[in-house]
Amino acid sequence: MTALTLSNIHKSFGKVEVLSDVSLTVEEGEFVVFVGPSGCGKSTLLRVIAGLEDATSGTVEIGGEIVNSTPPAKRGIAMVFQSYALYPHLTVRDNMGLGLKQEKQPKSVIKERVDAAVQMLDLASYADRHPSDLSGGQRQRVAIGRAIVRQPKLFLFDEPLSNLDAALRMNTRIEIAALHRKLSASMIYVTHDQTEAMTLADKIVVLRDGRVEQVGSPMELYNNPANRFVAGFLGAPAMNFLAHGPLPVADGGTLGIRPEHLRLTPEGRLTGTVTHVERLGGDTNLLVRTEANEAITVRLFGQDSTEVGATIALDFDDHAAFRFDLQGQRLR
Amino acid sequence: MSAARQNPFNTVAAHAALLIYTLIALFPVFVIVINSFKSRRAIFREPLALPDAESFSLIGYQTVLKQGDFFLYFQNSLIVTVGSLFFILLFGAMAAFALAEYRFRGNTLMGLYLALGIMIPIRIGTVAILEMMVQTGLVNTLWALILVYTAQGLPLAVFIMSEFMRQVSDDLKDAGRIDGLSEYRIFFRLVLPLVRPAMATVAVFNMIPIWNDLWFPLILAPAEEVKTLTLGSQVFIGQFVTDWNAVLSALSLAILPVMVLYVIFSRQLIRGLTSGAVK
Ligand SMILES: Nc1ncnc2c1ncn2[C@@H]1O[C@H](COP(=O)(O)OP(=O)(O)O)[C@@H](O)[C@H]1O
Ligand SMILES: [Mg+2]
Repeated sequence: MTALTLSNIHKSFGKVEVLSDVSLTVEEGEFVVFVGPSGCGKSTLLRVIAGLEDATSGTVEIGGEIVNSTPPAKRGIAMVFQSYALYPHLTVRDNMGLGLKQEKQPKSVIKERVDAAVQMLDLASYADRHPSDLSGGQRQRVAIGRAIVRQPKLFLFDEPLSNLDAALRMNTRIEIAALHRKLSASMIYVTHDQTEAMTLADKIVVLRDGRVEQVGSPMELYNNPANRFVAGFLGAPAMNFLAHGPLPVADGGTLGIRPEHLRLTPEGRLTGTVTHVERLGGDTNLLVRTEANEAITVRLFGQDSTEVGATIALDFDDHAAFRFDLQGQRLR
Repeated sequence: MSAARQNPFNTVAAHAALLIYTLIALFPVFVIVINSFKSRRAIFREPLALPDAESFSLIGYQTVLKQGDFFLYFQNSLIVTVGSLFFILLFGAMAAFALAEYRFRGNTLMGLYLALGIMIPIRIGTVAILEMMVQTGLVNTLWALILVYTAQGLPLAVFIMSEFMRQVSDDLKDAGRIDGLSEYRIFFRLVLPLVRPAMATVAVFNMIPIWNDLWFPLILAPAEEVKTLTLGSQVFIGQFVTDWNAVLSALSLAILPVMVLYVIFSRQLIRGLTSGAVK
C-alpha cells in the first residue's frame, strides 16, 4: 500500500509560486528524504502534507484517503520540527502525551505509550523535567518521542538535526535510522544536507525552486544523475564541472567528473597546479587550477605527499565522466 | 555587564543619576504622605517636616472616611481599572493574534486602522461618546467608563502585542495544531504565556491614566453611586476653601492600589526586559 500520494501539487503565496506540479508517492515503510538548497520549498511541501498549509491545487492522499480538507490532527501524521517546538509549560512526559490526551485516549493507554517511548529514547531520567532544563539533543529526542507516541501512519521530519552540533548530529542520525528499522514506519525527512540524505534515505527526492528534479535511491542518483544540478548536489566534495575538459562536449556544455574519480598519473590528460591541500588522514583533497584556468577538486584515498604549487597531471575513466548540455541536462 | 568592561567612574555616575532621579520622582509622593498625617496648621507652617507628637493628626483620614462614600468611590475606581485592563488585554491580545497569525485579505490595512487610534486622542470624540451613552442608557454606569477606557487602550495594546506575537515560534503553534489543540487553546495556553511581558507592559501603560482620569468620570458617570476616587476627591477642593488634610489623605490612599497592581505587573515586565526574548 502507498503511505502517501501527492498529485500535481501547486502552492503559491500571493503571486509567488513556491511549489509547482509536485507529484510523488511514498510506499508503506519507506524512508523518503526531500533534499534541496534552502528556500527551494521543502518545508512548504512538508507543511502541505501535514495540512498546515493548503495546496493551491492538487491532491494529497494519506493511506489511500484524500485528506485535502482534513485538519492536521486527523491526518494520522506526526511532525518533528527543527526548533523542537516543545510546549514550554509541560513536562517531558506531558509533552509526549498531549496529542493522545487530545484524542481522548484512556489514561492507561497514554501512560503505556509514553513509558515505551521514554524507554526507547533513553529519557527516563528527564521524564519529569521541563524542556527549558534539557540540552538541545535531549529536546530533539523528546520531540521525536512526541511523534512516536502518536503511532502515526506517516512521520514528518523537518531538518531535525540542523540545530545540533556535529557529533550529536551523527549520533541522532543513526538513532533515527535505527528508529525507522524498529518501527518500520513510513517517514519523510527534509534536509538540505546531502550526507543526511545519502545515509538515511531509501528514496531521495531532489527539489529545486519548487520542482522535483529527480527521484531515486541514493546510489541511482549518485551514479545516474539526470542533470547537472543533481550531479552537483549529491556527493562530497561536489562534482567538478569543466567547460574545457579533455573530452568533447556540446556547445556551452560541461563535463562532470567526481573528485574521487580523478587519479594522479604522469601522462594524464588534465594538467594543472595545486593551489591548496586538505589532509584528512584517511583522504587527501587537492584543489587544482587547470591549464584552462578552471578550479577542480581531487579526492585521493589515503595520505599523499603532493605539495602546494606542484604541477600535476590527472586522468579518469571516460565512462565515469558525465556530459551536460547548455541547459544542464545530462547527455548520454 | 562583564567586569572587564566596567568603568568605576561610569558605574558611580550612572547610579548617582538614577538616585537623583528616584529622589525627584519620589519627593512629591513623600510630601503628600507625610503631610496627610499632620494637622492643618502644621502642614502650612512646616510643609517638609515629619509629623511629630505635636503635629500628628489623623483628621484628614477621618474626614475622608466619614464624608462621602469613600469606600464606594474606591471600589468603583478599582472595578473600572481592573475591568478595563481585563478587556484591553483580552481583546487586544486576540486582535493581535489574528493580525500576527492569520493571512487574510486586508490584514495590513486592518492593522493600520487599529493603530490609527494611537495617534488620535479619544477625548476628541467626547461629545459623540456622550450622545451614544445617552442613547444606550449607559450614562452613570461603570460600564460607560469601562467601554471608553477599553476603546482608548486597545490601539496601543494591539500594536505592541502583535509585534511580540510575530516572534512566537511558528513551529510551536504548528506542533499544537498537529496535536489537535484548538486555535483557542493555542492562543490561551501556548501563545499568551509567552507574551506575558508584553501584556504587563500594556497593563502598566494603561493602568495609571485610567485610575487618575477625571475627564470621563465627570462627563459620563458623575452620579454619586458611580463616582470614581479621583472624582470623589474633588469634593474636598472648593472654590474658596480646600480641605487639605482630606485631599492629602485621599491622595495617599489612592496611591496604594496602583502600587499593588504595579508590583504585580512589573515583575513580569522586568522578566521580559531581562530575558530579552520571547522564545
Ligand atoms: N508563509 C509564507 N509566505 C510567503 N512566502 C513564504 C511563506 N513560507 C515560505 N515562503 C517562501 O517559500 C519559499 C520556500 O520556503 P521553504 O519551504 O521554507 O524552503 P526550505 O524549507 O526548502 O528552505 C521561500 O522562498 C520562502 O520565502
Ligand atoms: Mg525549511
